[in-house]
Amino acid sequence: MEIVHRIFSKQNRALLSELVRTDFKLRYQGSVLGYAWSLLRPLMLFGILYVIFALVIKSGDNIPHFPVYLLLGVVLWTFFTDMTTQSLGSIVGRGDLIRKIRIPRWTIVFSSSISALINLGLNLVVVVVVVAINRVDIMSSILWLPLILIEVYVFALGISLFLSAAFVKFRDIGYIWEVILQLGFYITPILYSMTIIPARYQKLQLLNPMAQAIQDARFAVVTHDPKVITVARVFNNGPYMLIPFVIVIVVFFIGLAYFRSRSQSFAEDI
Amino acid sequence: MQDDIAVQVEHVSKTFKLPHEKQTSIKGALIGALRRGNRSFERQQVLDDVTFDVKKGEFFGIVGRNGSGKSTLLKILSGIYQPTTGSVQVSGKLIPFIELGVGFNYELTGRENVYLNGALLGFNRTEMQAMYDEIVDFAEIERFMDQKLKNYSSGMQVRLAFSIAIRARSDILILDEVLAVGDESFQQKCIDVFEQYKAQKKTVILVTHDMASVNRFCSRALLIDNSKVVEVGKPAKIADMYTKLNQQQIDKQTESRNELAEAGSFQAKITDTSGRPVTSFRTDDNLNISFAWTDKLKLQNIGAAIMKETGEMLYGVNTLELDSMKDVVATGRRSFDLSIKLNLGPGRYYVMYGAFGADRHQSLEFHDKGPSFIVKKDSTMDWEGIVNLEADWHGSDK
Repeated sequence: MEIVHRIFSKQNRALLSELVRTDFKLRYQGSVLGYAWSLLRPLMLFGILYVIFALVIKSGDNIPHFPVYLLLGVVLWTFFTDMTTQSLGSIVGRGDLIRKIRIPRWTIVFSSSISALINLGLNLVVVVVVVAINRVDIMSSILWLPLILIEVYVFALGISLFLSAAFVKFRDIGYIWEVILQLGFYITPILYSMTIIPARYQKLQLLNPMAQAIQDARFAVVTHDPKVITVARVFNNGPYMLIPFVIVIVVFFIGLAYFRSRSQSFAEDI
Repeated sequence: MQDDIAVQVEHVSKTFKLPHEKQTSIKGALIGALRRGNRSFERQQVLDDVTFDVKKGEFFGIVGRNGSGKSTLLKILSGIYQPTTGSVQVSGKLIPFIELGVGFNYELTGRENVYLNGALLGFNRTEMQAMYDEIVDFAEIERFMDQKLKNYSSGMQVRLAFSIAIRARSDILILDEVLAVGDESFQQKCIDVFEQYKAQKKTVILVTHDMASVNRFCSRALLIDNSKVVEVGKPAKIADMYTKLNQQQIDKQTESRNELAEAGSFQAKITDTSGRPVTSFRTDDNLNISFAWTDKLKLQNIGAAIMKETGEMLYGVNTLELDSMKDVVATGRRSFDLSIKLNLGPGRYYVMYGAFGADRHQSLEFHDKGPSFIVKKDSTMDWEGIVNLEADWHGSDK
């Protein structure tokens, strides 16, 4: 408890809130609709995906409420990419501060993560709207959703800490991460139903924490239809189903440890 | 740490590893890792066993020349750099101002920037609200607080930044060379604040080149040179040592330039009247220039001029109509002297000189930047300017 108290001291809270506030004030600088874009942008992007994948290509394989199913995946993946790419350059981007002021380094990465979280919140509003329009029956399993979101956040935070610290020394990381995200976009079941994947690869695919989280979120919120393949289903509730969670925890602690060991010399290395 | 000590620095050393080529790519790191045996970086020691303390309520000055390690020390005190060895202990809230307006965002208004800057210094909104009026008052820019910072003049930006620095409530304040900002009336205000701090016994660490402010405000000062603490003591003594250190440096530069100028077949050396080489004179001293040349140079005529540092000729002569020079040439001697009564105001000067053949336009060797010297103010000097024209005042009774 002591450490939590120290991390969220009065000064750090003030700093975080100012950094996030500034970020938001500047985001829609000079645009006529301003903050409305926070909701309009995901709505419009979703509209495009809906037309292409639910109406034209019909990749839904008759999954009930496929629009919501599709949207949930897109929202979670967008959150993951937003947060990691924003954090990646955050330390280098704030180099002027780091070289001239003493602020806890992690607050910079943390403030990018909060900006991404706020965006996620707005996108979830869109999800709620689509859920209502589709008349999805709310099941008690929706209570899992907050835990799934926490899992994705912790995973993205671990990666963000690692990337932002590594980017200080190796600027190649920016390009490499872009390619990895592109790959991740296709190996994660975002736009398609997992039923099109051969059964023996489904297990492998669900070891990826993002794939596991997206499928679990769909199961929890949209439908328990057997075509929603989750990690618990492919491993028959066996112990292997824990692998993605272990990966999340390991990634988080590696990211944290790496960040801590590098952060001492950020001011000299940038 | 004792109760009366605000900052304690013990045996702090700092070494930077400077790779010969900065590796900011993975390929570079891979190649570097393969060659681990002969990795090419230099270790540069910037601070060497620095120990001192600043007592509570002290106005402490840190002075040193450029590259002495002063800025690194400051960054270590501020917690921006970690010392390689040794420790720094700080009691109370320390606010560093290495540079003014760090973290200012030009797209935000003045008001928003005050809060943002406050947060960067560790103050929350409520605390900043309490200080806000004072800050704006001090900066004298009430009318502009709701305008974006990008529309501020640079003077206004600096004033706002400095006001936040000076009004922020901290136990220890570190200021780096910030006195030189703003117009005269604003500078006066800053000086008043410093006086206030001094009277209130606030702990301030001031890093500066300006010996006048060290003497005026500091209760103690530290001189750092070549990564080491030279002395900690009374400001007057430190200021004196610092000035001497600088003078040594200037002398060294002058000497090395003069040595360089000597290396031709035709040389000029600056000496005093007794023939000793010197580079520094008083306003009405006599200066002697000894010319010497080698056999090879079929020299008939010497030209010499005293030049101001900025390149204007003050005075020039040659030996064209000089009988004694003809004697020198005829007898085959290879040296000649020129003596000049300086009558010059304080400053830096140099000699331009050349060797000519029988035809006055036939230049054999020419040194457009010869040996240099400095002239210092004499205590009896009762005039101003570059040249003493030796004027006389007269009564009007004709």
